[in-house]
Amino acid sequence: MWNYSEKVMDHFRNPRNVGAIEDADGVGEVGSMACGDALKLTFKLDKEGKIADAKFQTFGCASAIASSSALTEMIKGLTLDEAERVTNQDIAEYLGGLPEQKMHCSVMGREALDGAIANYRTGKSGRVMLEGKVVCTCFGVTEEEIERVVRDNSLVSVEEVTNYTKAGGGCGGCKGDIQRILESVRIEMTSKEQADEATPPSKKLTNIEKLRLIEQTIEREIRPALKRDGGDIELVDLIGDRVIVALRGMCANCQVAQYTLKDVVEAKLREFVSVNLVVEGETD
Amino acid sequence: MKNVYLDNNATTQVAPEVLDAMMPFLRDMWGNPSSIHTFGGQVARYIDKARAEVASLFGADASEIVFTSCGSESDNAAIRGAVEAFGTRPRIVTTRVEHPAVLSTCRHLRDAGYDVVELGVDSAGELDLDDLRKAIEGVPVLVSIMWANNETGVIFPIEEIADIVKSVGGVLHVDAVQAVGKLPIDLRAVPVDLLSLSGHKLHAPKGIGALYIRKGTKVRPFLLGGHQEGGRRAGTENVPYIVGLGRACTLAAEWMPHETSKLAALRDKLEAGILATCEDATVNGSTANRLPNTSNVSLEFVEGEAILLHLNDLGIAASSGSACTSGSLEPSHVIRAMGVPFTAAHGSTRFSLSRYSTEQEIDYVLKHMPRIVKKLRELSPFGRK
Repeated sequence: MWNYSEKVMDHFRNPRNVGAIEDADGVGEVGSMACGDALKLTFKLDKEGKIADAKFQTFGCASAIASSSALTEMIKGLTLDEAERVTNQDIAEYLGGLPEQKMHCSVMGREALDGAIANYRTGKSGRVMLEGKVVCTCFGVTEEEIERVVRDNSLVSVEEVTNYTKAGGGCGGCKGDIQRILESVRIEMTSKEQADEATPPSKKLTNIEKLRLIEQTIEREIRPALKRDGGDIELVDLIGDRVIVALRGMCANCQVAQYTLKDVVEAKLREFVSVNLVVEGETD
Repeated sequence: MKNVYLDNNATTQVAPEVLDAMMPFLRDMWGNPSSIHTFGGQVARYIDKARAEVASLFGADASEIVFTSCGSESDNAAIRGAVEAFGTRPRIVTTRVEHPAVLSTCRHLRDAGYDVVELGVDSAGELDLDDLRKAIEGVPVLVSIMWANNETGVIFPIEEIADIVKSVGGVLHVDAVQAVGKLPIDLRAVPVDLLSLSGHKLHAPKGIGALYIRKGTKVRPFLLGGHQEGGRRAGTENVPYIVGLGRACTLAAEWMPHETSKLAALRDKLEAGILATCEDATVNGSTANRLPNTSNVSLEFVEGEAILLHLNDLGIAASSGSACTSGSLEPSHVIRAMGVPFTAAHGSTRFSLSRYSTEQEIDYVLKHMPRIVKKLRELSPFGRK
């Protein structure tokens, strides 16, 4: 049984804005019966270019219906430029969260919105077509889509990509490709953020800054590598330059845990945070 | 109405008689049956009694019954134990619609280098026995085929299958988890070598199963340790549950003659009612060869999880082969193996009845089902408008 929030169940039981607007300004369609869910979104603009009305039709599970219903409520009153900035995370948050394995329902909402806006602007069909290289042939997911979802949601594992896009959830033959895309997007994101933040590792950091940077480095640089081997890591404490961590999952009783602490965790933290850091494993 | 339980192929209510039979062994007679003292040793005869009760439900000898923890353990122990006992590596022949306990075990063995053949089914969910004949020709073979399918209720002709497998000297394992207690089975007449059953599908509790091992069938023990179960399955006996399973088997034997026609009549009423009131509804699986308690109906253009959650709001428990209910992203492997189009596969809904199901419950479902389907179809971008 899924653990749906009250808000998801409310939008599922009492969906808002069901139907199709006859003389819609924008129409977006995504998904298919074969995939197990599909959404048709229509909207009408007012004189000021704001979304005056939005309606949806959805074939899918409770979270697909709730995501569509939420989306129509969220975009009413927005200009298209504002609506364009709505992410799948926003939809999930509006609903009080979605189960991880159901995040693809929120992504479907965002895709249909993109399609409808493109339909309005270009006059071309708002059916979301596969553009670019198809990575997952079972569910028809492209490289572009995977890259976008990884960026929007800061995903770190193939499993997450499957939860958010369905890619890799059929035969599983494309999991290697997904891993490759994931890694290249992560590298690009990390280097971009470093350039943006321009935080020289040698700069004198306050404790709060140091802590935040350590957490960020663990999240982006360390955890993904450990997760690939079925492990995980938790930041326990920071005492001066001593970083206390606990290894979890497969790493917890791994023979080479000490090696992992020094050569992976400490090396990364010294590279990205401060050369003075010393990593220690948690002792009971 | 609060609780209409129509998901009995998933699990069943523990019969009150079964619970009564178990309680003394939880409360007072908690000794270890292997002990030399009377306090423990006296318990052993209740295990013997339960073993005889289980055996008599399907014409076996008590010595051929090994108690296990569940149906999945029985399947694992049978298949892995039997192939390991072959002189050479046998080919393993199974079907695409088996329970995951069998399919995953066979696929695990395939990855370990065994030659595994998975037989397909037709659109009614039935096997072509010529496929089986071809698959077992000229090689040592272990065949694992279910008696009745958990999702559709379709019954495979195990009598014929057993004759075919025995004609080439193969070993036959039958996953009868859904059949035992619902169908009359007599293993004196059907040469099955190994048969799995599960307690909680026939009104015993979860956590108890059994494996039938025909006298003379070679099986390497799966769980090693003590000498329990004649050295065929180590581990201190789960006495209360074994006693419960025995009682449940006796009850099933008593109920079956009356229950079968009543169940089938209620199931048929439910199914006919849904087909009559909901457009674009079709039955999955052969209606001629089916468990009396199971109905699997596809409702096109709507999705199964959505149906189940609306039913759930009314206190009705059912299940679905839709992708969304399982946590996987693809619809049921059984429904897909039958070639049911995706349009219908995602909306497959299974109702499975038990001896405790009533006509009022069926009427209650029929009263609400059309409204639920209509509501979801109005939401759907597909289908007739």
